[in-house]
Amino acid sequence: MARIVGGIATSHVPMIGSAIARGLQNEPFWKPFFDAYKPVHEWLEAVRPDVAVLIYNDHGLNFFLDKMPTFAVGAAAQYYNGDEGWGLPVVPPFPGYPELSWHVAESVMADEFDITTCQEMLVDHAFTIPMALLWPGEGSRAIRTVPITVNHVQYPLPSPARCYKFGQAIGRAIESFDDDLRVVVMGTGGLSHQLDGKRAGFINKPFDLMCLDKIVGDVEAITRLSTLDLVRQAGAQGVEFQTWLVMRGALTGEVVKKHSSYRVPISNTAAAVIVLENKYPALAEIA
Amino acid sequence: MAPNERGRDEIPGMIIFDGRQAMKGYALNKMCFSFNSQENREAFRRDEDAYCDKFSLTAEQRRAVKDRNVLALLSAGGNIYYLAKFAGIFGLNVQQIGAQQTGMSEEEFKAMLVRAGGQ
Repeated sequence: MARIVGGIATSHVPMIGSAIARGLQNEPFWKPFFDAYKPVHEWLEAVRPDVAVLIYNDHGLNFFLDKMPTFAVGAAAQYYNGDEGWGLPVVPPFPGYPELSWHVAESVMADEFDITTCQEMLVDHAFTIPMALLWPGEGSRAIRTVPITVNHVQYPLPSPARCYKFGQAIGRAIESFDDDLRVVVMGTGGLSHQLDGKRAGFINKPFDLMCLDKIVGDVEAITRLSTLDLVRQAGAQGVEFQTWLVMRGALTGEVVKKHSSYRVPISNTAAAVIVLENKYPALAEIA
Repeated sequence: MAPNERGRDEIPGMIIFDGRQAMKGYALNKMCFSFNSQENREAFRRDEDAYCDKFSLTAEQRRAVKDRNVLALLSAGGNIYYLAKFAGIFGLNVQQIGAQQTGMSEEEFKAMLVRAGGQ
């Protein structure tokens, strides 16, 4: 049976991708940021995942307003990156895992999440940058992936509680897959930031630190917020924290924090990373 | 209040991109979405008016495009994720976009972000 080895959530700020493309990892500004991922690499080497189920939000590369799915599951053998229009170099494709994708689609649908499936899905910086951060160099192409998107472009958006429950359904789906696999679940985006309007540049460090704390042991403190509460507290794009909630939902009830880091600002954003592990093995493992 | 209460004007300093905005801005956002292609970005650069004609932009949208005015583009129904591709044509980064919207200089805007880290 497939087993979830843990969850990782990380920011996906485009400027990180640009720093990687230009090889700036050891520059004075960037070194502490990239060094904060070393414990993540060590954890990944210890748990050796075969598959990454990666939850993120598309920023207008794959989806346009003509069709805007709330939750979409990629079901392709390969996921191509593409030109996003503002200069990030296009990176080579990532291998998929269509059998697991369809299993997830069937399982979450049986759990009353009426998702959209995509046999072609361009993955944007919110997918490619976290992959490059976690598996620098060629390593990211050795991991098979299942991309899952949450709509953060056009309202109505799903609520934080709904995102958490979607994660729970994804967790049940993964752990009922027959193949012996180690799976890491990832959420990408956040933390607080806002790009649009007179409120541009909004960052809320106390709220971010509360989220980094509560996501470990008291996730209901966040899931009882409304979507607009999240926008108010975390900024228009800080709503991406919902991808973290999906990741958290996929883990079993109690988790242990293995690592976290928080840094302001990276571009216009409060950047963070967290690694969570299940405190108790999943039921499938005990049985 | 419902988890997704409708409150597009509820948070000062921003517009919630709901169905009303999505309908209003469809042509503008469709044009901006086309800027994912290098060829289209070049076509816009070559003849801006002709490119706007192709997407049947409204007078308000055309004015906002001509003025490179981000707040006016948002008000005309633009969505920030698609507008980012328009800004990409001019090589604007998100600090420059933030500075323009808040009426700060780029340096002032960056200093504000740094201060946020010390809260």
